[in-house]
Amino acid sequence: MNASSLAKAVIDGILTGGVYALMAAGLTLIFGVMDIINIAQGALIVLGAYMSYVLSVHLGIDLFVGLVITIPAFFVLGVFIEWAFMRRLRDQERTAMSILVTYAVAIIIEGALSVIFGVDYLQLQAPYVNDTFHLLGFYLPYIYVFGFLLAVGLMGVLYYILYRTHFGRGVRGSLQNRSAAELIGVNVNRVRALSVGIGVSVTAAGGMVFGATNSFNPSSGYDLISRLLSIVILAGLGSIGGALIAAIFMVTLEDVVAVVWSPVWATLVYYASLVVVLSFMPNGLFGKAAVRAQ
Amino acid sequence: MTRSSRRGWMLSAAAVAAIAAFLAGCGGSSSSTSSAGSASSGSSTGASASKSPIVIGSSLSLSGDFSADGQAFEKGYQLWAKDINAAGGLLGHPVKLDIVSDASSPAQVVTNYQKLISSDHAKLVFGPFSTLLTVPSSKVVNRFGYAFVEGAGGAPAAFGNGLKNIFDVSLPVKDNLVPFAKYIASLPASQRPKTAAYATSDDPFTEPQIPVARSILEAAGIKTVYNKVFPAEVTDYTPIATSVATSKADVMVLGSVDVPTVSAFIHTFIQQHYNPKAFIATAGPDQGADFLKAVGGASNAEGVMYPNGWYPGYANAASQKLVSEYVAKYGGTASDVNADVAEAYSVGQAVAQAVAATHSLDNAKIIAYLHSPVTLNSVQGPVKFDSLGENGAAAAFVFQWQKGNQVQVLPTGASGSKAVEYPKPNWGS
Repeated sequence: MNASSLAKAVIDGILTGGVYALMAAGLTLIFGVMDIINIAQGALIVLGAYMSYVLSVHLGIDLFVGLVITIPAFFVLGVFIEWAFMRRLRDQERTAMSILVTYAVAIIIEGALSVIFGVDYLQLQAPYVNDTFHLLGFYLPYIYVFGFLLAVGLMGVLYYILYRTHFGRGVRGSLQNRSAAELIGVNVNRVRALSVGIGVSVTAAGGMVFGATNSFNPSSGYDLISRLLSIVILAGLGSIGGALIAAIFMVTLEDVVAVVWSPVWATLVYYASLVVVLSFMPNGLFGKAAVRAQ
Repeated sequence: MTRSSRRGWMLSAAAVAAIAAFLAGCGGSSSSTSSAGSASSGSSTGASASKSPIVIGSSLSLSGDFSADGQAFEKGYQLWAKDINAAGGLLGHPVKLDIVSDASSPAQVVTNYQKLISSDHAKLVFGPFSTLLTVPSSKVVNRFGYAFVEGAGGAPAAFGNGLKNIFDVSLPVKDNLVPFAKYIASLPASQRPKTAAYATSDDPFTEPQIPVARSILEAAGIKTVYNKVFPAEVTDYTPIATSVATSKADVMVLGSVDVPTVSAFIHTFIQQHYNPKAFIATAGPDQGADFLKAVGGASNAEGVMYPNGWYPGYANAASQKLVSEYVAKYGGTASDVNADVAEAYSVGQAVAQAVAATHSLDNAKIIAYLHSPVTLNSVQGPVKFDSLGENGAAAAFVFQWQKGNQVQVLPTGASGSKAVEYPKPNWGS
């Protein structure tokens, strides 16, 4: 191991962390707005990968251009999921019961994808998936760079919507005190449906990048959920910007350990870092209360 | 919560559960398969169909990490059941398969075999897919005194528990890479690689293969420049594959259990402009079109090698019949039939021969017979179990992707063998 390998591990960690942040953004947004832990996030990511696959292979639409179709489609899907599954959860039991209900959503999505596509592995293909550019002695894959930029851009948009718009104030107000929000004219059901729609729509982008950087089949989502949950917990549940920082921190740490020490210890260190941080900062790096107070 | 709201929620939950159960069933998370098609197959079938069926249970990974292999195994078992019923069944009774899904879970597979034997009253059981699931399930099956013939649990871990009921009809996995390693070691000094890298999943199927290959290559003077184990649950292979690329090893030996692992390494190698002279992966490239789709086409698969105990072109009459039947039933071409199908079919063949020889469904008699020095026939070739239950007569082949086709290249003298493409062309060429 030399300095070059270490530097490459850090670069890979930052770029891959961006991809994970993109996949985790919807998860943390939906929790931040509704206190719902969306176990279906992994399945939604895989669904996003399949939608990009269909557009790419059957209609010849570029993966990034296809987001113009998949993001609105996922917004509608998110609104439907909120209406069909999440709205019926009562406030007192919302978080606990959401795990069960969204797990059912994940099974439905997995089952439907298995019926339609079978269980064979796929990977999204485009010229920039394998192409790289040479910078400072390193080959950097375009797909990871594009994915990272997409993550930063979309999470910036999410942050702006939530914390710098009238709609965002309504979202946060309806969460903090539903009755008060309704008294001042906020349509809480509508705000929550739109919020889930936004969270799920971002997942379409995460799914596309995931599908371009990994092989996937209908059950691939289950491998993701524990890692994504770790990222949003470390970030502080509900923190959009924190998810980006936490993802980069955890994935970079894991990559460095894999290169410097051993891949076997990398996974352990990934989760151990979560335990260590939570020991000193129980609300995560960017705790929920502080974020919502912004 | 008010009574009306609770009722509303419960109705919603019930609806979700019902839809989920329906779709999961459609998706193949569990299934129960009878020997459809047997009733119209020959006069002997008519006689056997009138007798009570013999239920044979198996747990397969119809969803989860091993779903592609598990579903291929299901097809192999189904084809065997169809053929055995067409030939009159077992002892004149039709065979009925009872297949349940374990979702690739070592915990679920144990529960499944308990259920198959104690609740479903299966007379015989066939093994699951992978050593990972065979090890825990073999113990519970042994407690019931059942013979446990399987086709995909060939790692040493499956035979180190002192069980007398387990039999693997396929090639013992620790020997999988021997033909490849011996070929590389036999190259003239001027062509022989100087360095090798090894990376393997911590899976009981892959880990035993690497030290055997490494010892042969090191004995030939090929220096090890990278040798790491990675957890099976890894989702980001980039740092490991990049480290291999940085080592610039001439030979890369990958201990993989599935397509995503191999695909991730290949994509990283392409991105890092790393072109080893030889690249072999223990599993993944054997998945045919599935593998090609994941790596981005035949040009990225060119020269990739993998070991196996069977291939669709295997010169064996029963094997060719199996390939024809598979294509007729499931479509595609012969190259779409992967070794999982043959491994599963061989399980049925071994059990059928044991039942016929003992004239009994008594599992104790079947176990004793399989341990006797008898050589059985299968679509994978001869089967002769040693004292542990490993198939000591199994053939070891190495295959290579050449121009979009999987061709058998080692051993070089085998029927239909083609020349090894060495050194491997650059990715994408």
